[in-house]
Amino acid sequence: MREIIIISGKGGTGKTSLAGAFAHLAQEKIICDLDVDAPDLHLLLQPTREREEEFRAGHEARINPEKCDGCGLCASLCQFGAIREDGAGFVINPWRCEGCKVCVAFCPAEAILFPEKHCGNWYISSTRFGPLVHAQLFPGEENSGKLVMLLKQQARELAKARGARLVLCDGAPGIGCPVISSLSGANLAVAVTEPTPSGRHDLERVAGLCQHFQIPLAVIINKHDLNPEEESAIESFCHHAGYPVLARLPHDIQVTQAMIQGLVVTELPETEFTRELQRAWSRIEALAERSR
Amino acid sequence: MIVAVASGKGGTGKTTVTASLASLWEGPLIGVDLDVEEPNLHLFLHPILTGEETAHLTIPVVDEATCTYCGACSELCQFKAISVMGRLILTFPEMCHGCGGCLAVCPEKAITPGQRELGEITWGTAGRQGFLMGRLRLGEAMSPPLMRLVKARLEQMLAQTGGDAIIDAPPGVSCPAINAVIDSDVIVLVTEPTPFGFYDFQLAWEAFAPLNKPLGAVINRAGLGTGAIYEFCREKHLPILAEIPYDRAIAEAYARGRIIAQISPELQGTFVSLMAAIRGLAQEAAHA
Repeated sequence: MREIIIISGKGGTGKTSLAGAFAHLAQEKIICDLDVDAPDLHLLLQPTREREEEFRAGHEARINPEKCDGCGLCASLCQFGAIREDGAGFVINPWRCEGCKVCVAFCPAEAILFPEKHCGNWYISSTRFGPLVHAQLFPGEENSGKLVMLLKQQARELAKARGARLVLCDGAPGIGCPVISSLSGANLAVAVTEPTPSGRHDLERVAGLCQHFQIPLAVIINKHDLNPEEESAIESFCHHAGYPVLARLPHDIQVTQAMIQGLVVTELPETEFTRELQRAWSRIEALAERSR
Repeated sequence: MIVAVASGKGGTGKTTVTASLASLWEGPLIGVDLDVEEPNLHLFLHPILTGEETAHLTIPVVDEATCTYCGACSELCQFKAISVMGRLILTFPEMCHGCGGCLAVCPEKAITPGQRELGEITWGTAGRQGFLMGRLRLGEAMSPPLMRLVKARLEQMLAQTGGDAIIDAPPGVSCPAINAVIDSDVIVLVTEPTPFGFYDFQLAWEAFAPLNKPLGAVINRAGLGTGAIYEFCREKHLPILAEIPYDRAIAEAYARGRIIAQISPELQGTFVSLMAAIRGLAQEAAHA
């Protein structure tokens, strides 16, 4: 079984639109949306949910005002500035609480509750391109790295059970915990970039991250015609670092047109754009096959 | 006043809006890049950096000569960062959130504070304005601890210079995004009217509205996509502070590293009105 993850560093370079197209082009695969924070792949795939589960992780401290004697020890111990005294007594700001339990353990009045948190839901769904494993973290929640690991595990098990030879994942922007979790165990990362100062800068960071975790990386330059100088700078970076450039796609409104119709771009009539995507997908499959 | 520019979906134009506002802001301002995973504001503001420090998180270091393997630390730790098995104690520094619980709970005082490098904080000037950014170390998973340290420095800088700050926030609506906006006075949500933009905009509204801060929208690439986002803003009484048209010339200027408020008198006017609208939103809230 092979695992491919689409990443970008910078957001908005076209990760999800291209992941949707690859989900269309790939055979015998499980699709997995690992952007659990702001997932969008379902808008293209219109999944029918077949299984729905709660994602519970971590705890949240809450002061019981009836038991609290107002000593303030909790506020002085909290490293996250989450506990403040307001007019009525000490309160914990849920957006600042890290769930570390220090206030709970040290409260002499045992006045702090520590309930488990329901941080989101995850789903196994069917789509016109095959099974989709996906999730939605509730807005403002944490533990996205854990949820990413859980989705990957589910996708792998499903692939085994159904004899699929590929898990195709859409990743999150950035280089932090959800991205690090999504890279673990991947055979190939495909970074979608754009020829802008931010696109190149963020590609270099995400490439450094892949190198750190020893994940092979290939690159797609989207909107390649926006700035020829930045494009050649990206080409030369990839050439020197040994990252194959799989496709150069023009800045094209048809991607958005497909999105508005709830379709992926390869479902529209064939153009040079979609042919370039098909060639890119063949190369991705070959690279993933070769890796490890 | 601290203005946070956030988005939900990535790539909608947060940095474009932040850089444009910074370029024409009236009065002293510090431009702050809190997208520490992928900071880009410096690529547009070209700051002269005058200071730098390495940011650290306090993590446990165990003195095995003093440790009695009682297990109080591992029992308290919620992040599996310290573990006692028989007469063996292990720490997993990359899992540590820096809560200090193990240091406080150890009855033998066998744990002392050590450090994990989070990244760098740099600061300086961009034209007549101040500049501050955080940059996460490659391989570091947690961005909120570094963001907290950048915000602490911002507080110091604002105490010295006075004036306003504008924060370029990370994308998304989970803990890093909340961390970037939670100490601000006004939140500006930058979005685009595509289906992806609209979906993530609704998530951002759900995440940020409970913070009870004045909230306004900037619609970038207006003309692309559908009208759903306008309807949503009407329904939620969310003011649309500015619209930036969908225009290939703007995309190309951005791709060349230009600040788009500087490419045409129309766009300059858009951002001058946006600045006024943000000030208006803050004043309205202050009087409410």
